[in-house]
Amino acid sequence: MRVAVASGKGGTGKTTVAVNLARYLMGEGKEVSFIDCDVEEPNAHFFLMQEFDEEFKEYVTVPEIDTQKCLGESCKKCVQECRFKSLIWMVSEVLVFPELCHSCGLCKLVCPAQAVLDGQRELGTVRHARKDKLKFYSGLLRIGEAMAPPLIKKVKQYANPGDVQILDCPPGTSCPVIESLEGADFVVLVTEPTPFGLNDLKLAVELTRKLNYPFGVVINRDGMGDDAVLRYLDAENIPVLARFPHVQEAAQAYSQGKLLVDAFPEFKGLYQGLWMEINKLTDGLGGAR
Amino acid sequence: MKEIVVISGKGGTGKTSIVSSLAALGPKKVLADCDVDAADLHLILHPQIKEKHDFISGEKATIDPELCIECGECREKCRFGAISDGFKVLPEHCEGCGVCAYVCPADAVKMSPSHCGYLYVSDTRFGPMVHASLGIGEENSGKLVTTVRKKAAELAREYGYELVLVDGSPGIGCPVIASLTNADLAVIVVEPTISAEHDMRRVHELTQHFNIQCLVILNKADINVSISERIKDYCHKAEIPVLGSLPYDIKFTRAQIEGKSVVEFDPHGLGKEIEKIWQKMMTF
Repeated sequence: MRVAVASGKGGTGKTTVAVNLARYLMGEGKEVSFIDCDVEEPNAHFFLMQEFDEEFKEYVTVPEIDTQKCLGESCKKCVQECRFKSLIWMVSEVLVFPELCHSCGLCKLVCPAQAVLDGQRELGTVRHARKDKLKFYSGLLRIGEAMAPPLIKKVKQYANPGDVQILDCPPGTSCPVIESLEGADFVVLVTEPTPFGLNDLKLAVELTRKLNYPFGVVINRDGMGDDAVLRYLDAENIPVLARFPHVQEAAQAYSQGKLLVDAFPEFKGLYQGLWMEINKLTDGLGGAR
Repeated sequence: MKEIVVISGKGGTGKTSIVSSLAALGPKKVLADCDVDAADLHLILHPQIKEKHDFISGEKATIDPELCIECGECREKCRFGAISDGFKVLPEHCEGCGVCAYVCPADAVKMSPSHCGYLYVSDTRFGPMVHASLGIGEENSGKLVTTVRKKAAELAREYGYELVLVDGSPGIGCPVIASLTNADLAVIVVEPTISAEHDMRRVHELTQHFNIQCLVILNKADINVSISERIKDYCHKAEIPVLGSLPYDIKFTRAQIEGKSVVEFDPHGLGKEIEKIWQKMMTF
């Protein structure tokens, strides 16, 4: 069972919902794999895991030109075919701009002289930790690296498929989110009842529908704004999985990295309700594991 | 002409509320919403759209089922898992690299320009605005950000305005890098939570990587006073000027619901505070 927590807008409470759901499930005796897919700005470890057991660097393949073998001016096939302008012809040789490379491998395929070798570009770090019933996976994108999806893919590949997997997704609706959602059995969209929350929720709903994942919505900080989100969900027939009240104490607990299900007994009940709703909508897939 | 980009690392710290308020202050300027995959600035600025342009960037593959001999070459060579078992291209996974078209022995793959979204040029009560919408699940958000930024700079030159104010996106990846390119000043909006503090440090590192002067606005400062102090300490040590602090206030949400900037909604309270921040920002 793989549950992805996403939102569109940043700061609506994705990480809060993901870490507290994980904590609730651990309390229920489940083996949980937590995957922090926000490799640009990972935060879940502050709540679940202070230290990592293992950290290692991950790389993608980028071209390196063997100048001895390169046919030079008379060929330039790699330069012509690369759609990402990662290879250019400069004066008398092929220059590689590794930061622009998408690692598609076309240059290597088109080279008639086997002059394209496999080099590497560092994506960032993958971090693992294990404590009691929790296995924790996260990534840290290298500062200056533009492409998050390849690192997200690497972070996800280690997770134990037998566990309940909780994926904390990055904000937005573009490629990093698509990579994070890949393979999800259910998507929890977290929103807040404000105009910004609603606008970005609509985008996230469109994306989730387009990718054909079953989903429902959590309204976080319920009561802080207006009822436009509820009216939208009602009109679109989208299930409301849970409504978490807007309380100042919750914001304070969050600011210090505290878990709500530990700090406030009423939140434990709310997360139990959330898990029941997810199970209902996935035909007990979660309960079965 | 100067470009000021407002970023945060972590989402939801108040970038857009602060940008819309700064937009309301001072002389006319060009506004740009570079958070192209979750744009919200238009909800406060209510732009009157004057121009709408197609944003075409990169390519996508399609496979002609009439010509396809189902040999499997494309699926084997595609590194993005973008070819389905039934030999259809999954557009949300296709990076437009052209490997499939190159390896296809039957010429069944066609590469076509990809329509990724729209670019808008609009009028607002605070000056011209450039914004965009990325198609759902589309690629190339970085390139769309670059297009928005360039258009905004072009308009500023055209109107003779001194300033482009950019609402950035969360994170440190390609849209943020694209919005920082050419920026004169980066303003980081941070809130006193351990998450936002950590994320601010990373986005600060990114600005250093690109050698851009950084300023900080501490928002919702009273949520956690000790973390607020820690952030100020960090800024002091890193020589980042702190422009000011704003309290956690429900008026930010109320202003948003009324579609107003905080400066318009609460001109004498929060409005005055934000004006002080603006004045200080203008000294840089």
